Amino acid sequence: MTPNLLIAIPLLPLLAALLAGLAGRRIGRAASAGVTILAVGTACALSLYVAKLVYLDGVPAWDGTVYQWLVTDGVRMQVGFLVDRLTALMMVVVTFVSFCVHVYTIGYMREDDGFQRFFSYISLFTFAMLMLVMSNNFMQLFFGWEAVGVVSYLLIGFWYTRPSAIHANLKAFLVNRVGDFGFVLGIAGVAYFTHSLDYKDAFAIAPSLAGVQFPLTAGTAVSALTLICICLFVGAMGKSAQMPLHVWLPDSMEGPTPISALIHAATMVTAGIFMVARMSPLFEFSEAALSFVLVIGATTAFFMGLLGVVNNDIKRVIAYSTLSQLGYMTVALGASAYSVAIFHLMTHAFFKALLFLAAGSVIIGMHHEQDMRKMGGLAKYMPVTAVTCWIGSLALIGTPFFSGFYSKDALIEAVGESHRWGATYAYYCVLGGVFVTALYTFRLIFMTFHGKERFAQAHDDHAHDDHAHGHGGTPHESPWVVTAPLVALAIPSVVIGYLTIGPLLFGGAFGSSIFVSEANDVVAVLGHEYHGPVAFALHGLTAWPFWLALAGVATAWYLYLVNPRLTERLAAGLSAVRTVLVNKYYFDWVNEKLVAPLARLIGKLLWKGGDQLLIDGALVNGSAKLVGWVAVTGRRIQTGYLYTYAFWMVIGLAVLLGWFLVRA
Amino acid sequence: MQGFGILSLLVWLPIAGGIAVLALGDRRVALARWLALAVALATVAITIPLWMGFDRGTAEFQFVERLPWITAFNSWYHLGVDGISLPLIVLTAVMTVPVIIAAWTVIEKRPAQYYAAFLIMAGLMIGVFAAIDGLLFYFFWEAMLIPMFLIIGVWGGPRRVYATIKFFLYTFLGSVLMLVALIYLYVQGGDYSLRALHELPLTLVEQRWIFLAFLAAFAVKVPMWPVHTWLPDAHVEAPTGGSVILAAIMLKMGGYGFLRFSLPITPDASRELDWLMIALSLIAVVYISFVALVQTDMKKLIAYSSIAHMGFVTLGSFVAWDIVAATGSLHGAGMGLDGAMVQMVSHGLISGAMFLCVGVMYDRVHSREISAYGGVINTMPKFAGFMVLFSLANSGLPGTSGFVGEFLVIIASFKANFWYAFLVATILILGAAYTLWLVKRVVYGPVANEHVAQMQDLNGRELIVLGSLAVGVLVLGVWPAPLLEVMQSSIHHLVEQMTTSKLPL
Repeated sequence: MTPNLLIAIPLLPLLAALLAGLAGRRIGRAASAGVTILAVGTACALSLYVAKLVYLDGVPAWDGTVYQWLVTDGVRMQVGFLVDRLTALMMVVVTFVSFCVHVYTIGYMREDDGFQRFFSYISLFTFAMLMLVMSNNFMQLFFGWEAVGVVSYLLIGFWYTRPSAIHANLKAFLVNRVGDFGFVLGIAGVAYFTHSLDYKDAFAIAPSLAGVQFPLTAGTAVSALTLICICLFVGAMGKSAQMPLHVWLPDSMEGPTPISALIHAATMVTAGIFMVARMSPLFEFSEAALSFVLVIGATTAFFMGLLGVVNNDIKRVIAYSTLSQLGYMTVALGASAYSVAIFHLMTHAFFKALLFLAAGSVIIGMHHEQDMRKMGGLAKYMPVTAVTCWIGSLALIGTPFFSGFYSKDALIEAVGESHRWGATYAYYCVLGGVFVTALYTFRLIFMTFHGKERFAQAHDDHAHDDHAHGHGGTPHESPWVVTAPLVALAIPSVVIGYLTIGPLLFGGAFGSSIFVSEANDVVAVLGHEYHGPVAFALHGLTAWPFWLALAGVATAWYLYLVNPRLTERLAAGLSAVRTVLVNKYYFDWVNEKLVAPLARLIGKLLWKGGDQLLIDGALVNGSAKLVGWVAVTGRRIQTGYLYTYAFWMVIGLAVLLGWFLVRA
Repeated sequence: MQGFGILSLLVWLPIAGGIAVLALGDRRVALARWLALAVALATVAITIPLWMGFDRGTAEFQFVERLPWITAFNSWYHLGVDGISLPLIVLTAVMTVPVIIAAWTVIEKRPAQYYAAFLIMAGLMIGVFAAIDGLLFYFFWEAMLIPMFLIIGVWGGPRRVYATIKFFLYTFLGSVLMLVALIYLYVQGGDYSLRALHELPLTLVEQRWIFLAFLAAFAVKVPMWPVHTWLPDAHVEAPTGGSVILAAIMLKMGGYGFLRFSLPITPDASRELDWLMIALSLIAVVYISFVALVQTDMKKLIAYSSIAHMGFVTLGSFVAWDIVAATGSLHGAGMGLDGAMVQMVSHGLISGAMFLCVGVMYDRVHSREISAYGGVINTMPKFAGFMVLFSLANSGLPGTSGFVGEFLVIIASFKANFWYAFLVATILILGAAYTLWLVKRVVYGPVANEHVAQMQDLNGRELIVLGSLAVGVLVLGVWPAPLLEVMQSSIHHLVEQMTTSKLPL
């Protein structure tokens, strides 16, 4: 590995993004698409080459500086890369999914006026994400972290004339900023102890920090590492949409579907997972922080999945599924099974990107309709989309031999082995989540691709995705630029788990890039019973998750294909539960009806009451008035009449005399 | 005795140019305009050898000029720069150019006088940063008020008289107390030279009074809560150029004053009263951010945002002693000061750019109300790109200059006290909230009304102005090292000065 090779990987997408963004109109649509696809494709090829070097050729990790950002007070802050096996894996996932999405975009955004702008944004995103995963220090990590957030902001608000889109992008940015608020404090905490922002210095000092207490207030002290890790994890909660900072992700579906696949499923939202895995040398020394991670993740995994069951918007169902799956990854982190989290991150990136792109294909086929109640029976019209969507769904629910099976089953078993505080709760959450996952996933499949064709009446209503014009007619299969990426993603969705579970989880393929202390190493416990991927899958057939998933599919089949009336009766019978779910546990209500108005109220009070009434009214204009009053009064005293002066003189004498008398 | 040199040129060239422009008058306005631009650009050009020739290895004043001025008071025409004043001088020269260009066809009333006022003010402001004689500093400090007073008073909005008087009284009252302090120091030491003042031994009581007198002058300029209310009024009434210079340069005088006078001259009083400074800084960040959130006038919103961002400057400047108390080492004190300095330079660029953006819209629609806009991106896509970029920079996005100073101050304040960092870091949320909510209401959305529908996108002149500021904001964000390098020795020296007690042991 040479520095130039590594620099080229993020730089190519950046340059392409600048070209398409600044000169997009001049060079035209085809050239904009071409240059960005070429750049991201090259970055993907180079990433694969780097992965080959670190995984197959055993080239040691590269940790070095590209340039010095600044030096302050003896602290060097640098832009630099750490490319080890963990990073290489992320680079491949990011660039590969990004490449597929780039190609897909040609078809999906064909009729959009913002074609060049869109390509510029997704290329810029690829640059930012690569800077994030390749960083060797906290400053650059934060740069990538915020930069992906900004591109996400720009892309959610891509159709900027829609009120819902610009509401969603502001919300996404602000909720992420709440996370970043914690994140930056965590970084400051690292700097407090290390006088450096480089990972290697922080990792080196972590073991000795384990027992250090940090004075939070005069009387109380907390473990320094726990404070740092929880602060950092708050950042991950924002970016990876963990409860209660998850509220932005479902709304982010206002953005065009390709970015839902790229940013809000496969890559950006997994940045938090990646970050915690990267920081495993810190988190491993804080039992409390890991328990916190575990509980937050488990809650998100189960309860967000439930929301997918009541939603009718095809993209939002997948968005809730993403929330739930991110919760699964977080649970794995909390159980110290970092490698499993990254493994699930990878398989999820493929099959979830596939599901989103398939949903996008359905949306195009349905002439920009997203309501599943207006679909049904689409398999006949869109065979490639239907088959690939089936593959993605089977992977998602954890069908043996599919990629999702390997990662999810390993994850659940790892949590089962954990003895950390909260692990039992987490275990039941992830187990219950399997049923829920299968239920909402196949509800989507059955409502969309099977059963009665309900799209005849669809076009009378408003079209949700109304940026294009082609209305009318029956659904149709999408062009090859749309279906080819589906196929390209379907292949790893099937095989990647089978191929990589051995080396990644039990072969120590991550090497030193993930640190697990011996006492916490639940993956090693699983490793004792691991006898190859086939045996693992066959064993899975007899385990709880498989039967729960099967039960979920069967329930969905019965409720949505065989006996839809029962569904309606159930919905009526469980109306209280349903209301809570439809209102998304009232998180949005609290934010929009309480938090936001409260902030504005505080602002109004401080402005009108503090600035205008007290400071300006009483102090500033008050002192001006006082001066005025003194002047006016002084002027009145000087009447010019001798008798007035004489009168005051007499009064003055009387007072003086009186005073002397009293004193005497 | 060193004679006239490059610093004098920087001070007097714009002033002489301004007088020349004034002489040309409104009848030859085209010529006046080009002359003004040429002078502004020449001033920027002169800063290049200053920057290049500056010795980064020493904290001594450089390019020193010393000529007799008021010999009766032992006051000299004494100029010099160090790592603290150099970046601010360059900033002043640079920010004058966009002001001249932005006014090109917009100012119709007495244009020549307008340009002249800005050029003269630029010279006087450079004089403030370059003066290393207390009385000379005071001369420039007060003289600078006059052109600004005229700019708001002549080219301002409908309530300009109230705003100018408020502005003038506030700043003048503070400054008079500073003059008293300077005279006291002169009486004690018999010398106005800055280095002599820095070394003058003072008792704690003396220091306390002098610190408070300086505080009156500098706190008003920054402005710190609660003496900040003149700023929103002044901004609202000022013409675009006035707002730009006010926000970009004049506010920095306060921060500069703390670094140049308060900290080194009264280190023990600064240490004793640091709690007050920190408290006021934190209030500035949190309280003012909430106030910014509910503004309906774009200029007021940006004015309040400026106050909140300047809170980082005062916090970074006064956090050192708490760091020593908390960690037992000075490590991080310099980082706070570095952060304060970077924040000043960065805020100069960003707030200037934000006010220019508002000016661009105001020129077309003649309203500063947020509610008068909506969906500007539909008619002005290029402008929208700049507006979004500067707004993100104002929210402290990494990769822009707005991030650097805030990041350093947050890290430094964490060393002093977790809760300081906790409170200032809220700007991540609040700053993004008020800035991007503004963007949402003004830039995004469907075209709101006919006025917006008729807006023309940026012309070449505006494109150059905003484009060059955008480059500055990005370069400083991606590679701030050269700026930090210039400051390094002087900041190090300042840390020594402020942590060395002047009291007898």
